Amino acid sequence: MSEKIRVLLAKPGLDGHDRGVKVVAAALRDAGMEVIYTGLRQTPEQIVTAAIQEDVDVVGVSILSGAHMTLFPAIIDLLRQRGGGDKLVFGGGIIPDEDIAALEKAGVSKLFTPGASTVDIIDWVRKAVAARKKDEKLL
Amino acid sequence: MFDKSFIDELRERRCQWDKEKEKYGQNARPRYMTVSGDDVDILYGPESVDMGGYLEKIGFPGQYPYTRGVHHSMYRGRMWTMRQFSGMGTARQTNERYHYLLKQGQTGLSVAFDLPTLMGYDSDHLRSTGEIGKCGVAVDTLADRETIFDGIDLSKISTSMTINAPASILLAMYVAVGEKKGIPSHKLTGTLQNDILKEYIAQKEWVFPPEPSIRLITDLMDFCAQHIPKWNTISISGYHIREAGATAAQELAFTLADGFQYVESAIAAGQDVDVFALRLSFFFNAHQDFFEEIAKYRAARRIWARHMRDKYGAKKEESWKLRFHTQTAGCSLTAQQPENNLMRTAYEALSGVLGGTQSLHTNSMDETLALPSDKAVLLALRTQQIIMNETGVANTIDPLAGSFFVEYLTDKLEIEAEAYFDEIARRGGVLKGIEEGFFQREIAKSAYRFQKEIEREERIIVGVNGYVMDEEITIPVLRIDESAGRDQLASLKKVKQSRDNDKVKRTLEELAVCAKGDGNTLKAILDCVRVYVTLGEIVDTLRPIFGEYQEPPMF
Repeated sequence: MSEKIRVLLAKPGLDGHDRGVKVVAAALRDAGMEVIYTGLRQTPEQIVTAAIQEDVDVVGVSILSGAHMTLFPAIIDLLRQRGGGDKLVFGGGIIPDEDIAALEKAGVSKLFTPGASTVDIIDWVRKAVAARKKDEKLL
Repeated sequence: MFDKSFIDELRERRCQWDKEKEKYGQNARPRYMTVSGDDVDILYGPESVDMGGYLEKIGFPGQYPYTRGVHHSMYRGRMWTMRQFSGMGTARQTNERYHYLLKQGQTGLSVAFDLPTLMGYDSDHLRSTGEIGKCGVAVDTLADRETIFDGIDLSKISTSMTINAPASILLAMYVAVGEKKGIPSHKLTGTLQNDILKEYIAQKEWVFPPEPSIRLITDLMDFCAQHIPKWNTISISGYHIREAGATAAQELAFTLADGFQYVESAIAAGQDVDVFALRLSFFFNAHQDFFEEIAKYRAARRIWARHMRDKYGAKKEESWKLRFHTQTAGCSLTAQQPENNLMRTAYEALSGVLGGTQSLHTNSMDETLALPSDKAVLLALRTQQIIMNETGVANTIDPLAGSFFVEYLTDKLEIEAEAYFDEIARRGGVLKGIEEGFFQREIAKSAYRFQKEIEREERIIVGVNGYVMDEEITIPVLRIDESAGRDQLASLKKVKQSRDNDKVKRTLEELAVCAKGDGNTLKAILDCVRVYVTLGEIVDTLRPIFGEYQEPPMF
């Protein structure tokens, strides 16, 4: 068996909508992953520090405040600067379609929008981490 | 209501009927349950519900225990207030939206603030980057409040404000706007949300820890009793508790428990229950389970009346009455096939009206995508106007009373709420429960259960896990562009340059002295806002004195 996938779930932005991130945390945990949840209102700086310290494979970011176009790029830039550019970043929240395209271009691997199923999220994380690990071996 | 021999006979007949049903009928689904996940029976009759003690339990509208409604004439005497929660971008944009809504027949205002304002940050704070005006209107100083209410007669309209941690500041600004318009504070009417307990439990927009937060609230209650007697000081809110994933019983129980906590805190601060209680109001969710919701509002009135009279010794009838605002469930809306949200909202709104709400906000169909567009908010308001004028449901008070099912659900929710009150007491009270994460865990468990029910297809959500379509979403969505943030920063800069900074310094020093001592904080805050001290400056003055709340992350 491969070792457990490590996931950091983070909640930047000033809003307190943590229903979604908590459901995803419980679902990933029940799917056998190691889940670390940052709690609310983390700055990109705090999120990236935690991701590197905890040596996670994936960073999941929940944003419902409307500030996604500011916060996602900030997290991705900081990760790259701190040598965490190999970590997958995915997200969820109320994000319009045109912003999704721009964010994926900016380096967000996947965005889940309202109505997404935890089954799909689990499946995506597993596959994306496996693919990333395979790429690393090839290098 | 029915004699015992009749009930006994009925029970026997029901057994026979149940057997017959096994033979002739069949269930298409393995389970039938409420939105809260409780099983429901196929049929309810006099044998299912204790209809004894009709006058004590159900009675008449306007009379204890108010199960049927708090007013004698209900909607014939006074229609519910149509109050659309609204605010976006700059103060000017919000003012334009208010004039639009009032022109369309809205009867009350409800201010939505942006996240920096809710959290006590000015627009020029680093944490406000990207958030200015996004989820509501940005307010930094009195100047923004003057613009928001420009051309609106505050002596004629009531204003509700969804603000909690910095509630004292926004109320003080409202009073100061009134002063500038020549309206004395005793003529102002409206409601502050000002419910910090549910912030710790569910909505999570806090600044200070519980103890100083409660002091700010009791100071405000005291100030209002003297100077703004018509103001509803706290809107004790179940809405956000429900949105975070709670069941109907949890929403009911946790909200009322919060209400009891405020009553106890105000009594402990030396206030007279019969002075402040009539200014406490409630705010509930209208979720999708039609009958369960109606039962919830009825149970809420009955429980509140009993506790206020019997436990807290309130003597005046006004102190026993639970008045409430309702908002349809944002969490029930779907991003898929968003026009379907119109129908969801209409049924939810109907349950609020049949449950006897005093005011109502109907969500707009596009709110899972963004703040509502003009068109969407108009349709939401029209939904209420159709219910009021065309359906006939407001003609007769509490028309579902006596329904075996509705009375059964009302009793059941009351019993479940009382069981939660006992558990909260065993755990050492509401504040202890918050500190230990009891409420937060209970809600997260319910949210997770609900999600799993959807994924196992025990629940079908149209457009999400049933009747799914390949679609391109074509409804127009309102975008708050970054220019709103830039405009707000420019106007804040202008205010800071033009105000009397000596007065700013002096009033802030006086506020600090007041906060460290035992003066009335609202009075000191009012002195600050009159001279254009910013919201952030006031919060920054209080933060080192009061401390800052930190939530332990848990899921």
